Amino acid sequence: MTRSPAIGAAVLVLGAAVLAAGATAQERPVPRDKVQSGVAFLAPDQRALQQDAFANPGMLWVERGERLWREPPGAGGRSCASCHGDAAASMKGVAARYPVFDAKAGRLLNLEGRINECRTAHQGAAPFPYESEALLSLTAYVAYQSRGMPVAVAIDGPARKHFESGEQLYYQRRGQLNLACAQCHTENWGRKLGPETISQGHPNAYPLYRLEWQTLGSLQRRFRSCLSGIRAEMLPYGSPEYLDLELYVAWRAAGLEIETPGVRR
Amino acid sequence: MKHPGRRRFLAGAGGALALAALPESVFAQAAIDPVVQSVVRGAPVKRGRVKLDLPELADNGNSVPVKIAVESPMTAADHVRAIYLLSERNPERNMATFQLGPRSGRAEIVTRVRLAGSQRVIALAELSDGSYWMDAAEIIVTLSACIDES
Amino acid sequence: MAARIQVPAAAKRGEVIEVRILIQHPMETGYRVDHVGKPVPKNAIRTLTCRYNGVEVFRAAMSPGIAANPYLQFYTVAEASGELEFFWTDDAGTQESARQPIVVSG
Repeated sequence: MTRSPAIGAAVLVLGAAVLAAGATAQERPVPRDKVQSGVAFLAPDQRALQQDAFANPGMLWVERGERLWREPPGAGGRSCASCHGDAAASMKGVAARYPVFDAKAGRLLNLEGRINECRTAHQGAAPFPYESEALLSLTAYVAYQSRGMPVAVAIDGPARKHFESGEQLYYQRRGQLNLACAQCHTENWGRKLGPETISQGHPNAYPLYRLEWQTLGSLQRRFRSCLSGIRAEMLPYGSPEYLDLELYVAWRAAGLEIETPGVRR
Repeated sequence: MKHPGRRRFLAGAGGALALAALPESVFAQAAIDPVVQSVVRGAPVKRGRVKLDLPELADNGNSVPVKIAVESPMTAADHVRAIYLLSERNPERNMATFQLGPRSGRAEIVTRVRLAGSQRVIALAELSDGSYWMDAAEIIVTLSACIDES
Repeated sequence: MAARIQVPAAAKRGEVIEVRILIQHPMETGYRVDHVGKPVPKNAIRTLTCRYNGVEVFRAAMSPGIAANPYLQFYTVAEASGELEFFWTDDAGTQESARQPIVVSG
């Protein structure tokens, strides 16, 4: 069956438009074959520390998370385990696809947000604040169940506008130093900033043990450190901008293995 | 924890790693260091037996792996009583003291330390016969603990 | 405070075994300030002891010179099955302990 030339041309134009839009979105700032985890930019003893199953300091929080998983939140609420059972089975692959647009909550959620959503909606408990021992421990424990799995977030459907917002934030210059994330992590990764080698800025090892913090910390804590470093305003924890940025950087890291709990400088 | 990088003073031209001995002058300086003297109180400090492993370079002084090993049969008659880990520049110069004995089986400690800047680190062993043996290592620290805090 | 202890799964009597411990503790130097600029007081683990079936086999006097979340690796001779028990105290006066069973054959 032959098509009319007009429709054929329309299909062609439409196809090109889709391709163009797709190409812009799919065009990766760091090509997939050049994507490298931050672990590649560490000193050898720091890398060894991350890979030491026992001595990795982040494991202290993973263990605490395991205990919290099994504990009821108090006031007669249900524990995580009572719904989700063995985390090794039920949480496998979860961290790899977060942040995700949660239809029921009606918004983009990162792992911390998902945990707090469960706390308030199903456990009758107050949400944990960012950087609290409890939230760090549970987030680390859940993400740990995806260790070794490739980051793979969805940026279509309801997540699309968040992805685009995150992308815009990533390329937006800000702060007294007037720098955008892209300038260090896309344009100058592999080069030196002081004594340090600039990484590509991937989130695949979060929450992680940062030697500078001497404790485990979240991705949003790291965003805030960067903002402070370029003398930009640090938005409060949980800001929608951070969520959008989390989605964008997760997309940027597609294919990298989850390393939680990571060790970084 | 994996064994930290061995210190290298001079690599041979052929590329083979030559573990050059601690220069005598460095050893002599370390031996008269007040913090060493506060432990040995005038007793002689001998070279040998003690091996201090520290990376050459630490880009973060907040966590630096260190290993101290002392050659000793660790018998009741002949063993290491204590190992002192001493810093040249930290606010508290005596970083740690480890007490061992015949039940230890091996005189070897691995830990992670904070270093407030590039410095010399000293490992001092006290043996059951009252003698003292020492090793020292120099390390460059780019981000100092305690001092370069954010 | 959380602590992790590792000993070999099985040991033979007389064998020298490796013991590893990792303790969750900030080992505050007293030189840090918090996010609003208030100094964080010095608080480090000062004494750590290890008892093997009740007999002390290892002791460490520490300072803030030991990195946060202190890691220690040392050796002991496997004597009999039983328990390794660790005790530690810090500048704030907190006393904690952790234990690990040990299986020794022969």
